[in-house]
Amino acid sequence: MLTAVLALTALALVFGLLLGFAAVRFKVEGDPLAEKIDALLPQTQCGQCGFPGCRPYAEAMAKGEADINRCPPGGQTTIISLADLLGREPIPLDAEVGEEKPKMVAIIDENICIGCTLCIQACPVDAILGAAKQMHTIIEAECTGCELCLEPCPVDCITMEVVPQEIFNWKWPYPEQQTEANKA
Amino acid sequence: MSRQLWSFHGGIHPPQYKELSNQRPIAQAAIAAELVIPLHQHIGQSAAPIVEIGAQVLKGQEIARAQGYVSASVHASSSGTVIAIEERPIPHPSGMSAPCIVIATDGEDRWQKQPPVDGHYTEMEPSHLRNLVRAAGIVGLGGAGFPSFIKLNPTGKVIDTLIFNGVECEPYITCDDMLIRERASEIVAGINIMRHALQAREVLVAIEDNKPEAIAAMRQASANANESGIEVVIVPTRYPQGGEKQLIKVLTGKEVPSNGLPFQIGIVVQNVATAYAIHRAINHGQPLVSRIVTITGDGVKEPRNLEVPIGTPIQHLIDQCGGTTGDIERVIIGGPMMGFAMHSTAIPLIKTSNCILVTRKPDQPPPLEMPCIRCGACAEVCPVELLPQQLYWHARAKEFDKTQEYDLFDCIECGCCSYVCPSNIPLVHYYRFAKTEIWSQEREKEKADQARKRHEFRLSRIEREQFEKEARLAQKRAAVQQKADSGDKGEADKQATIQAALDRAQAKKEQQQEPPKNTAALTPAQQRLVDEADARRARLDAATTAASNKEAE
Repeated sequence: MLTAVLALTALALVFGLLLGFAAVRFKVEGDPLAEKIDALLPQTQCGQCGFPGCRPYAEAMAKGEADINRCPPGGQTTIISLADLLGREPIPLDAEVGEEKPKMVAIIDENICIGCTLCIQACPVDAILGAAKQMHTIIEAECTGCELCLEPCPVDCITMEVVPQEIFNWKWPYPEQQTEANKA
Repeated sequence: MSRQLWSFHGGIHPPQYKELSNQRPIAQAAIAAELVIPLHQHIGQSAAPIVEIGAQVLKGQEIARAQGYVSASVHASSSGTVIAIEERPIPHPSGMSAPCIVIATDGEDRWQKQPPVDGHYTEMEPSHLRNLVRAAGIVGLGGAGFPSFIKLNPTGKVIDTLIFNGVECEPYITCDDMLIRERASEIVAGINIMRHALQAREVLVAIEDNKPEAIAAMRQASANANESGIEVVIVPTRYPQGGEKQLIKVLTGKEVPSNGLPFQIGIVVQNVATAYAIHRAINHGQPLVSRIVTITGDGVKEPRNLEVPIGTPIQHLIDQCGGTTGDIERVIIGGPMMGFAMHSTAIPLIKTSNCILVTRKPDQPPPLEMPCIRCGACAEVCPVELLPQQLYWHARAKEFDKTQEYDLFDCIECGCCSYVCPSNIPLVHYYRFAKTEIWSQEREKEKADQARKRHEFRLSRIEREQFEKEARLAQKRAAVQQKADSGDKGEADKQATIQAALDRAQAKKEQQQEPPKNTAALTPAQQRLVDEADARRARLDAATTAASNKEAE
């Protein structure tokens, strides 16, 4: 009886120490789950989810503080992949945060721009080029279409345009079902 | 002596319909009034235009230059005037437009002055030959249109086998067949040039056994050329034997690795028409400005092969074949298995277009698509030994990662699976859909990664700027504190500063009272002029005063 108690106590001690050591030695910096979630988000940095950027939203989701349907730029595709990762059921996009839109790019009307630099300060990915009292322009390849530059512009010279479909980014359409129903 | 042949998995034997178009000899197509030459006719980067609107161009003149490595130059295919450089619809399944150079032809079809041929090809370095081929804008004429000079660069590998593809396995198409029949000796000349560039040990020309005339012509030509090294290999007819990897398997028994290229296993495959184009370029200095095209199908009156200047509108070619026969269902560019329907017949012919297939409206509607019954016929015919059914289910459900697990990107889109499918499912369409979706997702992922990097950099920059600002402020504060601490001495300093400022102000005042410097050192002549002006001014002043006095009175 005593031997058994002693043996178990000894084992508990040994494993306890081992686990304690492992917890310190192999400590993971940062949140690996947030990292994985962040990789699925479109990185628009638009803040429509209510968080200041994609990373904070990912961290909130990892902690279970935010739902997976708050990313309008990602749309249903992102919701499905998030549901996959987190083992949840896919749900429709929260209508409160906005709706899914085609990919957009900001365009500055260079005749109207007064060079106030407010949009440069607002751009989350430094995609606007310009200086005080100089004309500003968008680096289209870097623009994520977040629309954050629209609001601060005092002369409303920025508009959002749908990214044009070109041959290099053309996609084959989903095959239409040639069934009896849609024939008729 | 017959060579040992191997076999590839699957394949089909569709009806050939080749006799429709191989009964008439190759004819020269008439020059169209307007040639629309796309800047992008192949895999890789577009060429950049080097002519301006209004420029007079001659046949064979370079009008757009290759950009980057995987690219080929574009040449005027007839003489005339450049009337536009703009977006026009090009042969692409999307039916979309891309930049083209439009030439209004003058009908004279004048060649530019041919550059002197730089001697015999056997005296040329392979790298020089490659440069000539690149400058001549030659791309693979079999279908994909990979710039040919790249395939003439063995990059240090020893090329065991150089294969010339005259298989032409797809139904209806006869352009390579007719080219071999009529111009075999020119093809052999091109083959010799390419063999020299690659230093290949063995050269094979593969032709399917349904083209006896072409086989005879090729044998005759290679015997005449007195080149012992060219072996004409007859392969049994089977679709898709003309696929690069399938042909290599049949001729050598070797398999090209997935995602690999044939040169990795010491093999290069070129189309016979490419050999012909290289002969024209190296031995005659003529760039690629025309190609042989099969215009066929039950929708044209006189199906035949034409030698067509690049950029000729398809409608112009159909008209030369006697026009259409009644109701046209579709105009397909390429063959019935791998081609795609065009949205308009105004589309120009490009370097890679080997066939125009015009089909009449069938008497009965096409069979309807039915659910998959999991019969497995598709897997039996797949030449790449994929599982078309699994690919179909996953592509249909948009599970793109799963399609990649089943090696979607090894699919050559030959259409065998769709051909045998008893439920008439457009399987290849699903695979094409999945492929372009995956490419699009990859592009988006790349863009997202870029945006993440830029956003993180911006955040760290803002943080750094904040930190630097605080450091500066702290420094200033410390300096002020130090001054305050030093007490009386501080007061004396202040007085001294005030005194110094007062002195500066005083000095400035004195300086301003000095006469203007520009009248300091004048020559006597200048002084006289100044004096005269002063006198005039005094007189004028006096006069005005007098006048005003008078008025006052």
